[in-house]
Amino acid sequence: MANWIPLWVHKLGSPPIFYRFAGAVRPWALALAALLGAVALYGGLVLAPQDRYQHDAYRIIFIHVPCAWMSLFIYGAMAVASFVALVWRVKLAEVVAMESAPIGAAFTFVTLVTGSLWGKPMWGTWWTWDARLTSELVLLFLYLGVIGLYHAFEDRRQGARAAAFLALIGIVNVPIVHFSVNWWNTLHQGSTVRILGPSKISGDMLWPLLTMMVATKCYYLASLCGRVRADLLELEGGKDWVRRIAEAEERA
Amino acid sequence: MSGAPLSRACAAVLRRDLVLAWRRRGDLAMPVLYALIVATLFPFALGPEDALLQRIAGGVVLVTVLLAMLLALDGMFRSDLEDGSLEQLVLSPQPLAPLLGMKILAHWLATALPLIVVAPLLAGMLHLPAAVLPALLLALLLATPLLSLLGAVLVALTAGTRRSGMLLALMLLPLCVPVVIFAAGAVAAAQQGLPWSAPVAWLGAGLALALVLAPLACAVALRIALDA
Repeated sequence: MANWIPLWVHKLGSPPIFYRFAGAVRPWALALAALLGAVALYGGLVLAPQDRYQHDAYRIIFIHVPCAWMSLFIYGAMAVASFVALVWRVKLAEVVAMESAPIGAAFTFVTLVTGSLWGKPMWGTWWTWDARLTSELVLLFLYLGVIGLYHAFEDRRQGARAAAFLALIGIVNVPIVHFSVNWWNTLHQGSTVRILGPSKISGDMLWPLLTMMVATKCYYLASLCGRVRADLLELEGGKDWVRRIAEAEERA
Repeated sequence: MSGAPLSRACAAVLRRDLVLAWRRRGDLAMPVLYALIVATLFPFALGPEDALLQRIAGGVVLVTVLLAMLLALDGMFRSDLEDGSLEQLVLSPQPLAPLLGMKILAHWLATALPLIVVAPLLAGMLHLPAAVLPALLLALLLATPLLSLLGAVLVALTAGTRRSGMLLALMLLPLCVPVVIFAAGAVAAAQQGLPWSAPVAWLGAGLALALVLAPLACAVALRIALDA
């Protein structure tokens, strides 16, 4: 009965089918990301009340926190895709893992930049060797290592497999780094938004934050679809389905 | 193929690597010289005040040894890869992981052990108090094999690429953050007269874990990198 689900997943693993699927998903995801992002920004920058101590400066969290969530989420997604790529040798999973890395690195970079913009008026410094900041910086280096290793190989599939293995080593490393730098030095506030138990944040600040979180997820999906499509065309350059697409483009 | 027992194969790999390292004694001195030069540059850059040097001595020695090891790591599988003996090792009937473990041990004996031997000299040049020396040496004895094991996995991953020096540094940095934190934590605690057994125990736990897992990961990485 529910046989169509595994069948659909298997079909989706084939590059030409995923190419069409991603092409269909991308505009919707992009539109949803733009719409939700605009709503969240309006809610966060205009509707949400001022903070009692930080006044308007706290409003950067509507960018900073969703980006920080995404930096970890994308690393997790990359690790899952890497695992699939290494265990079942799915070509599409390799592409998804390797195209996730630059997006994740960008989100990590935005997190670091917005954090230091907020840190200057609040903590009085652009950068401090606090545990969370250091973990985020290490995460950025992990992303850069994966990207660097991928591009160091001449054979792209071999490079993708090696970089996927590095991503898996990294996912073991992330909690260890987080624990060790916490033990080393900490200044950053703890989590205020919780899945279990009540959040320590006012509701009219929470909803723009969660909306922005969904918007960044949609953006990631749209960006990933676009990148994977381009990469698949390049990787499968000699295949029939790519040639047919190229011919259709020429005729149009 | 005769089914030589694993222990004999391991001993053969270890002896071969140590003999090869001994034949190229000049290369062995390079990391030590590098560490000496880096440690000499710090007083020039920071000024020769005893109090300042004393405060940073432990950390400087640790980072210097780490950098010298990073320099030597690149060559761990280089010559074996070039003459094809690494492929022979992969094809051999014995499991790959213990054989690679022996190669890592040989590499540690050839590069890290001389660095640990000169570490008291480096520490003395930077006026580290003699009472801290046991903590520093113990931390180095636990941290350097850990770095060798972690580094070996990454070197194996880059085995199929041509230029890997800077890339290796970029990949190793996130992995060595916890090692540096705990090793430096032990030295700093000893310097302040606090008990320093906890960070050393963490280093030991990390080493025990890496001893089991790193050769296995190294074998997987090498198969990926050589599988063209």
